[in-house]
Amino acid sequence: MAFLAIDHMSKYFPSHSGNGTVCIFNNVTVNVDKGEFVTVIGHSGCGKSTLLNIIAGLETPTEGGAILNGQEVTGPGLDRMVVFQNFALMPWMTVFENIALAVRSAYPAWSSEEIKAHVQKYITLVGLQGAETKKPTALSGGMKQRVGLARAFSIEPKVLLLDEPFAQIDALTRGVIQEELVQMWNATRNTVFMVTHDVDEAILLSDRIMLMTNGPSARIAEIVDVTIPRPRSRETIIEDEHYYKIRNHIIHFLVRHASHGQADEGGDHVERSGPVEINFRDQATTTYEPAVTH
Amino acid sequence: MTMGSKSTQHPFFISVFFLGLFLFAWHIATINPPFDPTGKTDEELLVMEFNGDIMQTDDGGYTWNPEKEKLKGVPGPLTVAEKAWVELNEAFVIKGTNDHGIAFLVGYTVSRFSVGFLTASVVAILVGIILGLNQMLFRAVNPFIQILKPISPLAWMPLLLYTVKDPKWTAILVVFMAAIWPTLATTAFGVNSLRKEYLQVAAILQLSWFKRLYKVILPGAAPTIVNGLRISFGSALVAVVPAEMLLGELGVGYLSWIEWNNLDIAGVLFAILVVGTVGVILDSGFNKLAGLVTYRE
Repeated sequence: MAFLAIDHMSKYFPSHSGNGTVCIFNNVTVNVDKGEFVTVIGHSGCGKSTLLNIIAGLETPTEGGAILNGQEVTGPGLDRMVVFQNFALMPWMTVFENIALAVRSAYPAWSSEEIKAHVQKYITLVGLQGAETKKPTALSGGMKQRVGLARAFSIEPKVLLLDEPFAQIDALTRGVIQEELVQMWNATRNTVFMVTHDVDEAILLSDRIMLMTNGPSARIAEIVDVTIPRPRSRETIIEDEHYYKIRNHIIHFLVRHASHGQADEGGDHVERSGPVEINFRDQATTTYEPAVTH
Repeated sequence: MTMGSKSTQHPFFISVFFLGLFLFAWHIATINPPFDPTGKTDEELLVMEFNGDIMQTDDGGYTWNPEKEKLKGVPGPLTVAEKAWVELNEAFVIKGTNDHGIAFLVGYTVSRFSVGFLTASVVAILVGIILGLNQMLFRAVNPFIQILKPISPLAWMPLLLYTVKDPKWTAILVVFMAAIWPTLATTAFGVNSLRKEYLQVAAILQLSWFKRLYKVILPGAAPTIVNGLRISFGSALVAVVPAEMLLGELGVGYLSWIEWNNLDIAGVLFAILVVGTVGVILDSGFNKLAGLVTYRE
């Protein structure tokens, strides 16, 4: 049994027109091993954030469910901390208080000295020394998300859920923070589930990348193994022989095939077997090369 | 002189200039022309003197009776200043059951206002939070709030007086009725429109109900709540003066009315100025408190 299993999960929302429902994603099954960094990539609106929220326990699935460490997810909890796209820092608290709120909740038995030392450790880890007493308003987007990461790592959750964590950060800072995240992850080896639409980000950070088709009725069509050895950095991964193969494959999927998956479904009623696994170390893997020449 | 000090000093001087202009115009407009006896018979003058309108001067002429002149027309700024001087010198003197010094009257009004406003605020914030957290309940209760909100707090007075049978508490309840609705409505709105990520973080961190309330919901909705409190504050301040007038409860509103009953218009003007001053002081105190709980996104 995988550490984190998303088991035959579907989500329906009431449709805007009134009666009836809209299927957001359908029959999604994902297995994440302990210590694995898995990313779901897809177009906006494909339901990847909904998927993440269900794992976090903030939304409920219509069918199926998520199982973490043998236990079904029924609601939010300290074992699954989310890093939000818009940071979700309490603007009335200082940087220190924002992290301390989380630490105090995760370790209620700790003394205030222990809490202080723990918070300080994570503030140092994200390089925010000196900003402890600042309010989030006084911080740049990049610094805000560093606080968000420090808060998430500080409670040492079983699974870290990153919801497009760097989407609102300028491109230059984004690269720096991505690398900081790589280092933090190397140090802790947390299990991470991330959703994003940034291909480079996904390749840099992930062990496996799930490619999601466009909604409605989105599904995970392919799982790409990121066959680039760690430790990785932005400078060195681009020299890896698999980097551009993986990158091109994902971009081709997103541009040409993400919506095809849905068209196929309407056309014939062939029962789909699970997602196609793509591994560039394995020569037998078919790529989209023939399709491009069409 | 630097640019900075220029820009900070100019409005002050302009304010002083406007004040001077206003006082001067007021003074000019309220000057009584000196008594002119031409065209009046000795008999008419005698009747006027007998009525106390005019007085004979040492040199045989006539002037207006200064005692009677106070009651004629609108008093000028000097008369009001004189009245204010007298009242302020007797600020802490109690002359009789209904004649307390101005400091006492201000104290009565401020305490009456504070009790009503604070009670209303606590009730409104608590109910507002409950409504704000429960969309269904909020929508069910909202029509009642919409009907009750525009009712003038003074309209409740006869009913309150009849039910509580005590003018002291009626005055406080009128302030309460004036202060409750704006805070209630904005608190419910503020809590309801709190960014859902804050509540999600609270849920993930498994904060207890109480911690969720005072660590996340209250501070998160604080700016909106404070806006409601500010509106409530204004309407409570407006309500306290007529409540005192109608109920005959000692206070600065009462002072204005009692001076009118005495036909002392200078006293009425003084009372108006006191009401304004009390309002400004309470308002600045409120703004200081509000500044402590608001935040920027």
